[in-house]
Amino acid sequence: MKLTASALACERNGRVVFSGLNFSGAAGELVELRGPNGSGKSTLLRLLAGLVPLSAGVVTLTPTHDESLPRLCHYIGHHDALKNSMTVRENLAFWSTMLGGRGADEGLHHFSLDGLSNDSVQLLSAGQRRRLALARLLTAPRFIWLLDEPMTALDAPSRKAVLDMIAMHLADGGIVIAATHDDWDLKPDHVITLGTVA
Amino acid sequence: MSSSMQILANPNLFQRIAAMVLPWLAAATALSFAAGLYLAFFASPADYQQGETVRIMYVHVPAAWMALFVYVLMALASAVALIFRHPLADAAAKSAAPLGAAFCFLALATGSLWGKPMWGTWWVWDARLTSMFVLMLLYLGYIAVWQAFDDPHRAAALARVVALVGVINIPIVKFSVDWWNTLHQPASVLKLTGTAIHPSMLWPLLLMALAYTLLYACLHLLAIGNEIAVRKIRATRLKDIEAR
Amino acid sequence: MTEFTALVKRDIALAFRQGGGMSAGLSFILAFLVMVPLAIGPDQATLSRLAPGLLWLALLLAVLLTAERIFQQDHDDGSLELLSMCPLPLELTCLAKAIAHWISVTLPLAALAAPLGLLLNLGADRIVPVALAMLAGSLSLSFVAAIAGAITAGLRRGGLLVPLLVLPLYVPVLIFGIAASTGNLGPTGNLPSLLVLLALTMITMVLQPWASAAALRAYFR
Repeated sequence: MKLTASALACERNGRVVFSGLNFSGAAGELVELRGPNGSGKSTLLRLLAGLVPLSAGVVTLTPTHDESLPRLCHYIGHHDALKNSMTVRENLAFWSTMLGGRGADEGLHHFSLDGLSNDSVQLLSAGQRRRLALARLLTAPRFIWLLDEPMTALDAPSRKAVLDMIAMHLADGGIVIAATHDDWDLKPDHVITLGTVA
Repeated sequence: MSSSMQILANPNLFQRIAAMVLPWLAAATALSFAAGLYLAFFASPADYQQGETVRIMYVHVPAAWMALFVYVLMALASAVALIFRHPLADAAAKSAAPLGAAFCFLALATGSLWGKPMWGTWWVWDARLTSMFVLMLLYLGYIAVWQAFDDPHRAAALARVVALVGVINIPIVKFSVDWWNTLHQPASVLKLTGTAIHPSMLWPLLLMALAYTLLYACLHLLAIGNEIAVRKIRATRLKDIEAR
Repeated sequence: MTEFTALVKRDIALAFRQGGGMSAGLSFILAFLVMVPLAIGPDQATLSRLAPGLLWLALLLAVLLTAERIFQQDHDDGSLELLSMCPLPLELTCLAKAIAHWISVTLPLAALAAPLGLLLNLGADRIVPVALAMLAGSLSLSFVAAIAGAITAGLRRGGLLVPLLVLPLYVPVLIFGIAASTGNLGPTGNLPSLLVLLALTMITMVLQPWASAAALRAYFR
């Protein structure tokens, strides 16, 4: 499975965020997006997630799939998508059902949230919320992970948990496209730097 | 897109074609208004029941027709924007709304003026005026959507939905209000224009309708041109901000 | 199908846990009803005559007030974007949320409003026709509210835009709802109006998923 993007261009609010962008990611590869704020990293991820339309260019998957690209991706953006009045387990179980997944247990366990299963999300700290949001990645198998600065608000052990999760996914043949400001212990296979576009 | 669509899609080309067409349209508008107003106010007979006040009909009825017609055009433009992504379709819809709302207001105001000598009150909730009132609300809602969002692309996308939902609602509201009106006025069917229109009244009416349509065409072309200019200014400002 | 029902269940659970749905609507109706005699005087005959209309207005306004919340929270916390990437089509997601709104807000209010008509000297024999008419119209009220709610999902100062969008769409439901409330039970009385309410429900049921999804997509960019 390989994702190839050719001559991608995207417009937002009438401005060109990026144009003529080419990159590819094959199974098992980590693609890092780098660049200053406003350079379009988030926009590119949202474009792949099907939330923002393409102005030009084409994204192809080889081999082709029946489903559209967004159905094959997990997207972790800046928002948590967590409901304060539901418990930790309820939140994750809901997303598992909606994504057609296999349940909340694996995600809760990987991020050490088992003990908090029945607590209301209202009571969680920022780091715990972030871990819960990331746990969604383990509720359902999807080839491509689109991660927008996943390490925000995470302490060192949690970051390690995220990296372990990413490494497992890559080992299983998945693709990870991540926007980040920091260097990770995991070496990327491709680095795309988005600059401020004139 | 076919080549004729492409021609209309290019804003600069649109401006040039509009500039060519506009003087002719304006002349035709002036002529038809001259003819229509003359026939309406001088050459047509007074009504045997209402006397001279029936002449308000020549201003009121075409305005009502235009109010409805423009909303339909607005919905059509929204559909074109939605399906074909024609770049000027949103501009056409947006600029049509105030014109349609103005016709609607004219219809309501002249309807009220017409009613005073006939019924003695400044306002009456008869079927047509009530439907017109709801149409006015539909226009105001549509215009409010454009105002409510800073991002014009988002506003355009939402306005399309509002216009299309609104246009579907119009026949339903008309049907409902007509039915409601018959419930409350079973005996006296008050019709502003009487049961049939005599030819000597029909021609002035149609001529005024033509005049209104031509006027609308002129104003709409100008309004689209305005909208294009506003977009250009915005794009230039954005480029300036980016350059710094 | 499981995804559809999971979403409906979740939204109903949230409505009851977070409040501001049915209970707030009920409080609003009570507040409105107390304003009525203050505004038009306590004369029993007048109140009785106007009761069905006033009850319907109270119901419409109460449902209107909850319209903004249908999509707003999911928009703000990013849930809508994720839902658009789930197997369930966005249109069905929107339909599920509208139905959840109906079950948690409009349906209970429609059932409870008519008995409250006793406060306005609504004849006891009128309670059932009014309740029946309100129940028959309740689903389209939710569907229309969901259309407006989607259009204003990301708007901070949604405020008066929702009423302006919703009220013209409520006109047909109101007209036939009142007709069904004041007629007699039976084929020459309520039934035609009830059937029209059913037809309006079907029209709005088809319109709402498309309109809400189209509006929400405008927010994703």
